[in-house]
Amino acid sequence: MTDRPIKVLIAKPGLDGHDRGAKVLARGLRDEGFEVVYTGLRQTPEMVATAALQEDVDIVGLSILSGAHMTLVPRICQLLKAEGLSDVLVTAGGIIPDDDVPALKAAGVSAVFGPGTTIAEVATYFRANARPRE
Amino acid sequence: MSSPAGGPAETRWTARATELCGAALSGDRRSLAKLLTAVENRTPVAEAALRRLYPLSGRAHLVGITGPPGAGKSTLVAALVGELRSAGRTVAVVAVDPSSPITGGAILGDRVRMQAYAGDRDVFIRSMAARGHAGGLASTTGAACSVLDAVGFEIVMIETVGTGQSEVEVAAAADTTVVLEAPEMGDEVQAIKAGLLEVADLVVVNKGDRPGAQRTASQLRAMLAGRRGQPGPAVLITTAATGAGVPELLAAIDARRAQGALDDDGATRLARAEAEVRGALADRIGRSLEDAAMAVASEAAVRAVAAHEVDPYTAADELLAGLIGSGRKDSK
Repeated sequence: MTDRPIKVLIAKPGLDGHDRGAKVLARGLRDEGFEVVYTGLRQTPEMVATAALQEDVDIVGLSILSGAHMTLVPRICQLLKAEGLSDVLVTAGGIIPDDDVPALKAAGVSAVFGPGTTIAEVATYFRANARPRE
Repeated sequence: MSSPAGGPAETRWTARATELCGAALSGDRRSLAKLLTAVENRTPVAEAALRRLYPLSGRAHLVGITGPPGAGKSTLVAALVGELRSAGRTVAVVAVDPSSPITGGAILGDRVRMQAYAGDRDVFIRSMAARGHAGGLASTTGAACSVLDAVGFEIVMIETVGTGQSEVEVAAAADTTVVLEAPEMGDEVQAIKAGLLEVADLVVVNKGDRPGAQRTASQLRAMLAGRRGQPGPAVLITTAATGAGVPELLAAIDARRAQGALDDDGATRLARAEAEVRGALADRIGRSLEDAAMAVASEAAVRAVAAHEVDPYTAADELLAGLIGSGRKDSK
C-alpha cells in the first residue's frame, strides 16, 4: 500500500494561456512515477478545489504566469481548507516574484518553484513532503 | 494485511470503513473520494467497505464508453453529463487512462473536457490509472463503480483508456456498452473483425460534422447485423463538441433500461457477477499462497516445476488440495 503512486493535480488557474510549462512538468512527473491529473487551461479556483476533492490528490501544483497569483492562490487555499483538504500539499510555480512568496506561504502554499527548477527537484520535494499514505 | 483475522488491525479497518461509508452515504464527497482511493489501492478498508456497500448497489445504470484514442470519448462523456444534468439527473464518471509500463506514472487527462461541473454536487468525476491492467480498465474499476452506484448516482459512466480492437473488458463491467468510432477510421473489413465492435450495445460515429461520417455509419450498419438473424447494435451519429445527436444517444441508452437490459438476472449482470466472484476467488487464492504455511509449499512446488521434477498441473492440484485442507481447519 505504501508504494502506490503519489497522485498530483497540476492545474492552471486564471486566464493566461501558457500551459507548456505545466504540460512539461506533468509529463516529467509521469516519468518520475507520479499519477498526474491534468485539468487544462483557465481553471477557476472552484474547479481546482473540486478536482482536488474528487480525485483525492495528495498534492496540488498550481502554474500561474499571469501575475494573478496573489488573488487566485489564497482563494484556492481557502477553498481547499473549506472542503477539509488541509492535509493536501499546495505548491505553486510559474512567474512569481520573490517578494510575494512569504504572503503565499502564509496563505498555505508549501513551496514556490520558479523558472529553472528541474523536474527532479520538484519530484524530490513532492516525495519528501506529500502527506502520509492512509 | 498480515494481521490475523479479527485482530486489532482488522477492527481498525472495519471502523474506518464504517466511518467512510456512513459519511459517503449521507452525501459527503470527500469520504466518497477517500473510499475510491482505498478501492484503487486495494486496502483492507476497501474490502470492508465493499462488503457493506455491495447490497446497496445494483440500482445505477452502468454505461461504458469506449473507442480508439482521440475518437472523442471524453468530449462525448462531457456532453452526456450536460444532457443528464439539464434533466436534473445525477451522474458519476470513472475515467481510466493508461499507466506507464516503465515508471508506473500516468497522465490522467480526461477531466480537461469535463471541468464545467465544479460545484455541482450531483456530478462526480474520478480519474483512474490502469496500473498495468490490460483490457482497457483498471482492475478496480468495477469496484469503484459499485461504490458510486451504492451512494446513489443514477448513471455511472465508465470511460475506458483509448482502445485498440480487443479491449473488451468494459462490456462485462457495464450494463450498456457504447463503442465510439471516428469517421473514415477503416473500411468494411475493419467493421467485421472480431473484438470491440462485437460487444457494442450501441455504436456511435462521433465527429459527425466531418466528411465521411454518414458513409462510415452506413458501412457499420451494413456490416454489424447480428448473429443468426438478430438485429445488430444501433449506429448513431454524434458531434460531441456541439452536442448534436447527444440527446438521441441518451434516449438510446435509457431505452436499454426499459428493454430489461439491467435486470439482475439478465445475461450482462450475471456475467459481471461471475467475473466479480471469480476475481475475488482468484485474489483470495493468490493471497492464501502467500500465507506463512502455504508459502513454503508454494516455493517448493515452484522449484520442483523449475527442475522439471513435477509438472505445473500436478503442482497446482497439490497446492489447491493444501488450500482446501487449511480452509477446512480454519472453519472447523
